[in-house]
Parts: sequence; structure tokens; C-alpha cells
Amino acid sequence: MLYLGWEGVGLCSYLLIGLWYRDPVNGTAARKAFIVTRIGDTSMIIGLFLLFISFNTLNIESLTHQAQLKWSPGSHLAVISAVLLLGGALGKSAQLPLQTWLPDAMAGPSPVSALIHAATMVTAGVYLIARLNVLFSLAPVVMTGIAIIGAATLFIAGFSALTQHDLKRVLAYSTISQIGYMFLALGVGAWSAAIFHFMIHAFFKALLFLGAGSVILLLHEEHDMFKMGGLRKKLPVVFITFLIGGASLSALPLITAGFYSKDQILWLAWSSGMGSKWLWLAGISGAFITSLYTFRMIFLTFFGELKIQPEHKPGLLMTIPLITLAALSITGGFIELPENIGPVHLFSKLLTPLLPSINIGDKETTEWVFQIISAIVSIGGIWLAWLFFYKKSAFTVSFGKSRLSNFFYEGWGFDRIYNIFIVTPVVWLSEINKKDFIDKFYTYVAMATVFFNKMLSRTQNGKLRWYVTILTAGIVILLTIMLSI
Amino acid sequence: MILLYLIIILMTGGAIAWITGKWSPITSRYISIAAVFIDFIIVLMFYFRQGINSEKIWMAEYNINWIPRFGINLHLAMDGLSLLLLLLTFFIGIIAILISWNEIKINTGFFHFNILWILAGITGVFLSMDLFLFYFFWEVMLIPMYFLIGIWGHDNRIYASYKFFIFTQASGLLMFLAILGLYLVHGSNTGTYTFDYMQLINTPMGSAMEMLLMCGFLAAFLVKLPVVPFHSWLPDAHSEAPTAGSLILASLMLKTGAYGLLRFIVPIFPNAAASFAPAGMVLGVVGIMYGAKLAFSQTDLKRLVAYTSVNHMGFIILGVFAFNEIAYQGVIMQIIAHGISTGALFIIAGQLYERMHTRDLKNMGGLWNQIPVMGGIGMVFVMASLGLPGLGNFIAEFLTLSGVFKSSILFACLASVGLIAGTIYALRIMQKVFFGKQNSGLKMKDLSLRESIVLGAMVIVIVYLGLFPQSVINTAKPSVLKTLNNKEQSMKTVRNMPEYKSFDKFLNQEAGNSDKYKRVL
Repeated sequence: MLYLGWEGVGLCSYLLIGLWYRDPVNGTAARKAFIVTRIGDTSMIIGLFLLFISFNTLNIESLTHQAQLKWSPGSHLAVISAVLLLGGALGKSAQLPLQTWLPDAMAGPSPVSALIHAATMVTAGVYLIARLNVLFSLAPVVMTGIAIIGAATLFIAGFSALTQHDLKRVLAYSTISQIGYMFLALGVGAWSAAIFHFMIHAFFKALLFLGAGSVILLLHEEHDMFKMGGLRKKLPVVFITFLIGGASLSALPLITAGFYSKDQILWLAWSSGMGSKWLWLAGISGAFITSLYTFRMIFLTFFGELKIQPEHKPGLLMTIPLITLAALSITGGFIELPENIGPVHLFSKLLTPLLPSINIGDKETTEWVFQIISAIVSIGGIWLAWLFFYKKSAFTVSFGKSRLSNFFYEGWGFDRIYNIFIVTPVVWLSEINKKDFIDKFYTYVAMATVFFNKMLSRTQNGKLRWYVTILTAGIVILLTIMLSI
Repeated sequence: MILLYLIIILMTGGAIAWITGKWSPITSRYISIAAVFIDFIIVLMFYFRQGINSEKIWMAEYNINWIPRFGINLHLAMDGLSLLLLLLTFFIGIIAILISWNEIKINTGFFHFNILWILAGITGVFLSMDLFLFYFFWEVMLIPMYFLIGIWGHDNRIYASYKFFIFTQASGLLMFLAILGLYLVHGSNTGTYTFDYMQLINTPMGSAMEMLLMCGFLAAFLVKLPVVPFHSWLPDAHSEAPTAGSLILASLMLKTGAYGLLRFIVPIFPNAAASFAPAGMVLGVVGIMYGAKLAFSQTDLKRLVAYTSVNHMGFIILGVFAFNEIAYQGVIMQIIAHGISTGALFIIAGQLYERMHTRDLKNMGGLWNQIPVMGGIGMVFVMASLGLPGLGNFIAEFLTLSGVFKSSILFACLASVGLIAGTIYALRIMQKVFFGKQNSGLKMKDLSLRESIVLGAMVIVIVYLGLFPQSVINTAKPSVLKTLNNKEQSMKTVRNMPEYKSFDKFLNQEAGNSDKYKRVL
């Protein structure tokens, strides 16, 4: 039962976020995470019902086998079930429109945020789609949808990351954005590229979270990047590993693993049968934003003047995982190289029995053009970041105060929309009917009974004169009625 | 005979407990727990033996004449469904006694008398195969419960106990009318006047008559279940009752309604039930949504948990009117899992009340660091209540919904949305009670040994149900299949009864029936 583990992950995350239970903000974030992912899960469970009814099994292997036999590509059932399953994946992987829970969930203690959220839990959605790739291939419309959602998410989340103050929130939005890349890859049918980026992302994002966590810890729980600075000399190990992670995230060409995985996705977004120029354009501009916000983070935190004195140097227990992850963030990319650099395909070979390889056609000769473009974009982003945030140009300051920046900061207003259109009405509805109006009905019945009881018992007042009057009146009325008929 | 003993043990145990309670409350506690425990062991033996001859539907039967003049028999029988429900009954029974060990200090003997007689009534309801007897036990469980709420309840107990009594009694009377109607219709159409379930199940009747009689039964079961809009007795009764009372109400008494739907409505009135199905499903979905919504807005912990019952019972009625095996397995699973999980939540609410003397959520919060064990167990049952995989309720909801999905996609989807609503209210419990800021300066003790044993046992059961549901499914399978087969068959056989075209004709027919009845007398 896939769903079992699926929800179990949800619970663990709820517990971990809520671990610091005394802070009410954490509690709310935990609840939000649970509920939003639960919305996705509900869509997924309906999808599972549909599959169960159609094939009478939930075993993935026989499911995919039967789906290939029984459903023709693009048939209604295939599309519907793919959409429903996608809902679950969107919730768990924090993609549009269910992405709002992730930045808040970063309130959890940082090793937890690092491992659970960035590396494993949020990528469960990617895994789900890759695992059920047969089913999704039967629904090309949904595939296009996945690619568009991925592209839109990576774009939107990138801009949001660009305006955050909280170090961990930058990383949270960056995670959403990177998973957007994975969805983009899935959407164009580049299954193994998605999983490859998934793995590389796990390395460098865990590294960044650990690094950020230790910075925050050593600076007495200071999350605001604008209050940091100059840590380069004080915390050299953290700085260097963080730099490596950041470089990998912004896909610095040739040396970092992030370059190989991201480049593969971008290349396939252009060249695969389901790819298009627009998807590539979104991806490449996303890459530009990525390196911009990554190095904004690095320049603000580690360069400039020292603002808060760190407590002490990080312990060995922290240093070892940082270095290990940094090494992986560099070397992880070499197991799967592009065709024109070196014929190393360890990773895709490993996955071939599970995931069908992609058909690119004859555009391979131009691959190096794209590589150069991504390289330029990546370095250009870093240069711009240096210009804006190290040199502190006037534009940066004025933009930081603008309304647009605030709009990005709030995650494009998704939270506000949900609050206005969903949360508030629901709470209002339950508030006005707290006492349960149906109960009123029974109360009125009871009141009426008591009322008639009182009326009738008043007639029994023991006065003979009263009884005789009523009796006579009754006879008169009855006689009148009988005579008139 | 052993089935009769089950009831006799409880009744005499209750009587002895009452008498000894006058001198020694502790003795009456031991006597009553012994009585329930013996029953539990007996039923447990049935449960472990059933694997050998699982083809037989009735595992035990007992049938003697009681009032042969009117065709009333003392007919008890047990199949897989009854067996499961009896296991639940005695398990919860033991827990109910254990949990009130320190809570009940006045009239201890009479308290235990009431508990045991309620259990006896419930046992009788689950075993009776004679409708007259069924109604008898239906009433037996009602009156002690009235005392339980009225004597040992919280501040507003008199109002709550009246309300409970009037709702269930009025609906029970409608059922009694329907039982008599069924008796007469069966007698006039076949010549044998009997209250026996096995014979009444094949009563030939016209569709208008069938509908009318079904509505009588339905009234009792829907109020008991309860289904919106007949639910309003439940929050009052649950929140005002002592912990053991809430526990028995939620875990057992509501289940008699569900049992009634499965045992009587579907097999005896298959056509009427089929035509009622869309309405029944609407009621189910409304119950799920409305219960969740009200649960969300409550500030009284026990009331909140009470409304979650409304929410969960919605799944039961939804499943019953889906008419397929998966849904029925889900319903039975839900009966058991809800009994455990909601019962446990009531126990936790009761324990918090013992410690804090309040049920108001506003005064709670941040209790995790004071009572982590209780918090952890609370977490398990809150998660069970929202249907977390790995716990019994998830299996129940999954089976029910996939069964419902087969017969109506629309209602299954709507009910699945109810899962989200369930998540919202369930997390609210956790948030308000155990997380967040601490609002009271009280120093509290964590669970005592007795409390840990009780809750620990419940945790084990709910996890067992979630991980190994197969044994429950196997036990229930023959009775589920029989119920469905019976429905199919009687729907296929063309009933050679004239349709009642108009109400006049129908009344004439009734008059004829009662003439025959007089002649029989």
C-alpha cells in the first residue's frame, strides 16, 4: 500500500514541524502542512479508487500492466485518474496551487527541515509520477499540464525566493522551485532526468539547509539575512560548503553536479517530443533567477561587514555531514554526463528497467549551444547578484521597498487568496452555527409542548362556573356547525 | 444455551453488584468486572474457534418458545457480525468499568448495576433473532443509560438525560409499530403469525407497505446512529454523561443503529431500501460534512468528540446504502474502529476533566510537557479519527469509500472531501489540548498504571485493526455475503402481492389484517 507510507510521511512531518509546540506559529504551520497535503491526498485517494474499480488491484506492477492493455492513450478514464493522482503529487511536492504550506513548514528545527522536507518528503510526488509513468504517458494532456505546472512553479517560487529575508524561507522557496524543474522534466517525459535532479537536489539542498541551520544556530536564532554578514572569515568551513551547495544550486557549469542535472532537464525540455520553446524559456529564466537569489543569499550572509558575532565554531558532528554533502554535490553529477562531454550514463542505466528512456530525435548536434547558454545564464545571475547585493546598488534598495517586491515576498498572494476565499468562509460558517440550528427545532417542539401543557392545565382550574361556561359554549358551537351542514 | 448465559451472567452480576455495593463498593467493582470478563472470554473462544468451520453462518443458536400464543420465541443466534460486535461490547465493557474506578464515588453498586444491564441489553440486541425479543432488549439498554446520565452526569445532566430518553424512546416506539405491522402482514399473507427473524425475512409484501414498515425501523436506527437531522440528542448526552456513559454511548449504543441497518433494513426490506438508497447516501454525506463542521466549532472537548461521531457515522450509513461487499466490510470495520478510537478520545477527555475540572478547550493547551504519555496516546487516536493509514479507521474509511465508489462516484467523492474536514477538526483537538501555549498553571499527573493499561490496550487494538484487518474481514464475510444474497434473491423473486394503488385500498387491507388478527386471538 503506497498510500500508507505516503500518509505516514505526512504524519512525521506534522510531528516534526509541531515539535516546538510552545510556539503557536509552529503549531499553525504544522496544521497547515498537514491539511494542505491532505487535500492533495484526498484527490489521490479518489484516483486510487478509480484505479481499484477499473483494475481490481492496487499493486503497481499489475496496475501499469493492465493499464497499458485496457486503456488507450488519451482515454477519459486515463486522463481523469492521472489528474487525480497528480493532485496528490502536487500536494506533497508543494507545487502550484498547493505550494503554500512549505515555506511555513520551514519553522521546524533545521536538520529536520533539511532532511525531511528538502531531500525526501517533498520529492515523494516526483517519485509517484515517475513510478506510475506508464499511467501518465497514457494521458498526454496531463503530461503537458505537469510540464506547465512545473514551469510556472519554478518561475513563481524563484521570484518569491528573491525577496525573502529569512534564510530558511529562501531555501524553502528554492526547494519549491527546484521541484518545479523536476515536474517540468516529468512533464516532457524525461523520467530519468527528473529522478537524477531529484537525487542531486537532495544532496545540495540538504547541505544548504544544514549550513543555514548552523549559521542560524550560531547567531542565536537569527533568521534574517539582512542582519547577518561577514561570516566568511569566522565560519570558513560553513562558508565553503555553503558556497559549494549554492554553486550546485545555481548550476555553475562543469564543476558542480547541479549543472549536469539541470542542464539535462533544460535540454530535454527543448528537444524531447513533448517539449517546447516556451518550457525551455521558462526553465532558462528560472535558472537565471536561481543563481541570482542563491548568491544574494551568499553575499548577504557571508560577505560584507560582520554584524553579529557567532557564538563559536560548529562542532565536528556538524562539519562532517557538511563536507560529505559538499563532496557529493560536486561529484554526484559525474555519474551521468551529457552525450557530448563524456559517455558516462551510470544513472540512466540503473533506471532503464523501470523508466522508459526518452526519444530525442536528431537535434543532438545542437546540445552544446544550450549548454553554453545555461552556463552564461548561470554566471550572469551570479554577476548580477554581486552587483546588486555586494555592491548594493540603489536599485536594490528601491526595489526592496516596492509593492512588487512585497507581492513576491508573500508568495504571490496565494495565502491571501486562500484565506479570503476558503479559510474565512469555512470558519465563519462554523462560527455562526456553533449551537447547531437543527437543535433549535427540537427546542421549539419542546417549548410548544410545554406551552400547550400550561394552556390545558389552566383549563383545569377547579371552578365549576368556568367548566359550565366552556361546556355550553362548546355545545353551541357544535350545534351551529351541525345545523349549518 | 451459552448465548443465554452471556446475558444472564451480566444481569445477575449487575444485581449482585448492586446489593454488595451497599456495603463494599470495591467488591461490586470486582464482581462486575468479573462478570464482563467471563463473557469476554466466552466470546473470545468463539472467535478463535471459528476458523475451523467458517462455512456455517450461525455459530451458535438457542431457540425455545416463550409466548407461543403470539409466536414469540426466545431465539438467540450468533454469526460473524454478532461475534465481532460482542467482542467489542465486552472489551469496551471492561474498559468502562476500569475507567470509572475512581470517578464514581456515590451509589457505586447501582452504577455498576446500570452498566451491566446496559451491556446485557446491547448483547441481547446483537443476538436476538426474534423481533419481539429484539425490541425488549432495545428498551433494556435504554433505561439504565437514562439513569447513568441522569445520576452521575455533569451539570446539565437532567436536560441531557430527558432529551436522550425522549429521542430514543419515540423512535423506538415507531419501530415497535413497524414490528407489529410486519408481524401482521406476515401473518395475513402466509398464515403463520410469528416474530421470528428467519421467517419474517421472507415476508411477501407490497412496495408501499414495505416502504412504510421500513420507515418505522429506519426511524429507530437513524436516531440511534445518529443521522443528521436526528442527531441533536447526541452531543448533549455524550458531553453530560460520565466517562463510562460517553464511552458506552459512543462505542456501543450508536453501533446498535448500524447493526440494525445491516441486520434488518437491508434483508427484510430490500426493495424499499434500494429505493431509499439515494436519500440514505445524501444523509450520509450531509452527516459527514455537518458533523465535521460542528466538531470544528466546538469549544467543549467532549462535545467536539461527540460531533466527530456524527461525522463518522455518516460513513456507516453511506456504506450501508452502497449495497456491496467491500462497503459492508468497511461499515463493520468502521463500527469497531470508531468504537475504539472515539471511545479512547472520550476516556482522554474524562481523564483531563478529572485532572483539570474543565472540558473547555480554552483552558487547555500546552499540556504535552506535563503529560507526554497521555499526549502521545491522544495523538494516536486523533490520527485514527482523521483516518491515518496504519490505524483501523483508515481501513474502514478506505473500504467504505471504495465500496461506495462502485455504486455512486459522486457520493464517494463528496465523502472523500469529508476526509479533509475530518483532518481539520482532528488536528484542532491536538492543537488546543496538547500543543500551543499553556493556559493553566495546574500541575498534573500523567497516566496512572490503570489508565495506561486501558489506553495501551486500546492502542494495540486500533493498530492491530489497521495492520491486520484480514481476520475481522474473514469473520464478517459469511454474514455480509448472506445479507447481500438475501437482498438479491428477494429482489429477484417477483412478489405476488397486489400493489397498493391508493391509500384507501391500503387501509382496507390493513383493516382486513386486523380482523384476521382478532380471529387469531
